[in-house]
Amino acid sequence: MGLIDIARSKSPWILHFDAGACNGCDIEILACLTPVYDVERFGIINIGNPKHADVLLVTGTVNKRSARVLRNLYDQMPDPKAVVAIGACALSGGVFHECYNVLGGVDSVLPVDVYVPGCAPKPEAIIEGVVMALGKMQEREHARKRGAA
Amino acid sequence: MMAEYLTALAAVLAAPFLGGILMGLDRVVSARLQSRQGPPLVQPFYDILKLFAKRRMAANTFQMISVSVYLASMVLSLALLVMGQDLLVLLFILALGNIMLILGGFSVKSPYSQLGSQREVIVLLAYEPLLVCMVVGTYILTGSFSAASVFGLERPLALSMPAFVITQTLVMAMKLHKSPFDVSASHHAHQELVRGIYTEFSGPQMAVIELAHLYELVLLLGFIVLFWHTNLVVGIVLALACHAAVIVLDNVSARMTTRWMFGFTWSVGLALAAANLAALYATGPLPR
Repeated sequence: MGLIDIARSKSPWILHFDAGACNGCDIEILACLTPVYDVERFGIINIGNPKHADVLLVTGTVNKRSARVLRNLYDQMPDPKAVVAIGACALSGGVFHECYNVLGGVDSVLPVDVYVPGCAPKPEAIIEGVVMALGKMQEREHARKRGAA
Repeated sequence: MMAEYLTALAAVLAAPFLGGILMGLDRVVSARLQSRQGPPLVQPFYDILKLFAKRRMAANTFQMISVSVYLASMVLSLALLVMGQDLLVLLFILALGNIMLILGGFSVKSPYSQLGSQREVIVLLAYEPLLVCMVVGTYILTGSFSAASVFGLERPLALSMPAFVITQTLVMAMKLHKSPFDVSASHHAHQELVRGIYTEFSGPQMAVIELAHLYELVLLLGFIVLFWHTNLVVGIVLALACHAAVIVLDNVSARMTTRWMFGFTWSVGLALAAANLAALYATGPLPR
């Protein structure tokens, strides 16, 4: 593992987007920042700016309105990046799946790396999801390097 | 002369490491003040390395030029201070770098970046007179604008210019974007209109800005060390105490408005500076 790989895994900056959640999952994400879980221990920062972010956390069902915003945010993030879908709604649309305005889960719009199930998932699960997403991001980056070489 | 260049080179090479550790300490102390554990001490280095390794995504070519000049001005300012050069020239170069960063923020159409840059102009306007007053103070004492003439004094500057230690601490809080002065952007990646002036800088550009911040921190602490040049240990302790004061101020205060910041620095800050300058004028230059 090179120095860059270590730096990447130690400094994942997060962008949190609520595509249409009930705020249950969002509260759990914010709970990760509190002294009880303190994700800054791992260098994780809730950055709130797509141009600085490495990991996109999406909660809630994707509907026709939020899909455009979600796509826009994803496109503004510089590579390498990862997407984590959080909660039942973000995974599949959840109980809102059959609603007239709902497209489904996050994967109907973006390539999702990690699915964190739960309604709402525990903060521990969210942190584990981010760590797994970092692993996948690194793998993808290495594969790209090998492909380019 | 050769020794001066070598000292400056050593300072320029060592500054990012020193600045990074101090910045990491800042984050750990801030976290502890909020009863959190906080990131590892070397976190700023991880962040900068990661940002350098991200793929470039520039809105225009001027962004990279602006951040490069910003970094260069910080490096050059530090070198000038260590070499005991003219303090006025140093201030101009420092302001040039900041203005280039502001222009970089203005070069993108994003309203967040625009508003952050506008606010940064007001921040610049708020602290610049305090810096100039400090240099005027050293001129009254030594009859010269050069930092080398301060090194030649027998008595520490802080004894003659105590108010300027306070104003320099305020300047440090403003330049590091600490509460209550974090109106244009926040130091700890807190959100102020997304990320204020830094909103549109991404990946390597942001890495250059972060690297420049490390130099800036060392430079600002260097200014305070200048206040007790007769004994460097006391000078460094004084500088670290001022840095600690800034961190505590950051954690105990909320963000205020640009209007308040401007009013505060131009009333309280300039009053302190003027009172001290008047006292210096009355007592005259110090023996060398």
